[in-house]
Amino acid sequence: MFDKYLIVDKSLRNTGPTNAPAGFAFEAKLGYYRGLGLSMIEDLAISIDGEPVARSAIRFDEGPGAITLDQMETAFDRRWAFGAPAVISVEHPGGLTPGWHSLSLTERLRVSYLPFPALNSTSKSLEII
Amino acid sequence: MKSQIKRGVSLYSFQEEMFLGQMSIEDCVAFAASIGARGIEILPEQNMPTFPNIDEAQIDWWKGLMAKYGTELTCYDMFLDSKIRKDRLMTDEEQVNSIVRDLRLCNRLGIRNMRILVFVRPEILGQCVPFAEELDVHMGVEVHAPWHIEHAWILRTIEEADRRGTRHLGILPDMGIFMKHYPPVYRARFERQGARPEVAQFIVDQHEQKVMAEYTIYEVAVKMQGNKAEIAMAETLRHSPYSNPKRIREYIPYFRHIQAKFYEMNADCTDPSIAYDEVVRELAAGGWDGYLSSEYEGNRWIQDVYEVDSREQVRRQHKMFERLIAAGQAAP
Repeated sequence: MFDKYLIVDKSLRNTGPTNAPAGFAFEAKLGYYRGLGLSMIEDLAISIDGEPVARSAIRFDEGPGAITLDQMETAFDRRWAFGAPAVISVEHPGGLTPGWHSLSLTERLRVSYLPFPALNSTSKSLEII
Repeated sequence: MKSQIKRGVSLYSFQEEMFLGQMSIEDCVAFAASIGARGIEILPEQNMPTFPNIDEAQIDWWKGLMAKYGTELTCYDMFLDSKIRKDRLMTDEEQVNSIVRDLRLCNRLGIRNMRILVFVRPEILGQCVPFAEELDVHMGVEVHAPWHIEHAWILRTIEEADRRGTRHLGILPDMGIFMKHYPPVYRARFERQGARPEVAQFIVDQHEQKVMAEYTIYEVAVKMQGNKAEIAMAETLRHSPYSNPKRIREYIPYFRHIQAKFYEMNADCTDPSIAYDEVVRELAAGGWDGYLSSEYEGNRWIQDVYEVDSREQVRRQHKMFERLIAAGQAAP
């Protein structure tokens, strides 16, 4: 219902030392009309310039601190609030080259009243800031 | 007889603007008040970022907001995360505890109606009845398309309420169950996605004739070799029922609040799709005195090409409500 708005504009940046970036990060919102506990975020699938990123290389932080997607599965006391950007970071030695990159994100949610997983998907071209 | 039907708005209606940070909760309430909508329905899991941890200062803030604009909180939309764990479903006891948590928060906010998601099992709700009675909150199971008021699953809740002799368990109709005509915004989006106009027209015609969905889906998918958008459009028919407005009056004792779902209003403040004229006539004739609470859900159908203006859509719906409620008052 909010697919086109999932990735926050102008949020893509490299992480770590400027001369030796450890990866990249961007901000994203939950594509749902309410907030959701992190344990129900089953997966955040990311591709950068067409290349899928390993699940283990992804970290998520809605505020209290970055955790892995596996750790999110039991983070029962944390929530991704409605409309609130979270920082998603990716281990990607060397970071991204200056300029524009194609970023894809698919959020797979376990919504209790739906018989199937909810999927929110988007692709966006962003410039490294 | 003077109709006592009241007009309200669910904050669900402004999800587009709130998601994008273009409207605050106060903006939504101020707008509702400006069009004479005095009832505010909330989704705590949408509107309270710290949910479920809500302190007294937050409760006071909500109450102060209502006092400031002369509005009242009408309904609390609950959720139940029965799949919070990956490895198993919540036990029945955990489900009851989650609902009781919501009933308590609902009571603290001074709200007397709770929207219960339709998937919650009636026997779970039965176990919650003593708490609902103590906290004086009516638990209304959302009658949402493709269910309808006399669907066997909904009747189980009615039976549970009757068996317990309680007035704190019942239903909460969502007006999407009265889809008399196929929504033009649905059709337009499927056409933008590649549905051929003649196939789209066939699907609309089939809906207009109330042909059972599976016939149309087979026609489109197999006989017409429909493309992805056409098949998806045909499949929406499974969730687009027109149930009989005349049946709602008999169930008035079981509901105190209505979610006034809509997808788009015409410029002349009529609804092209949902049979509000027929439903409001029945409600007025039956002496129903609850809130028609706007639930605008058109954003997802137009946001690919248009700027969403939820305020204008809600304003138009309330013009229609004013007209239909007045017409109900004039009726003998």
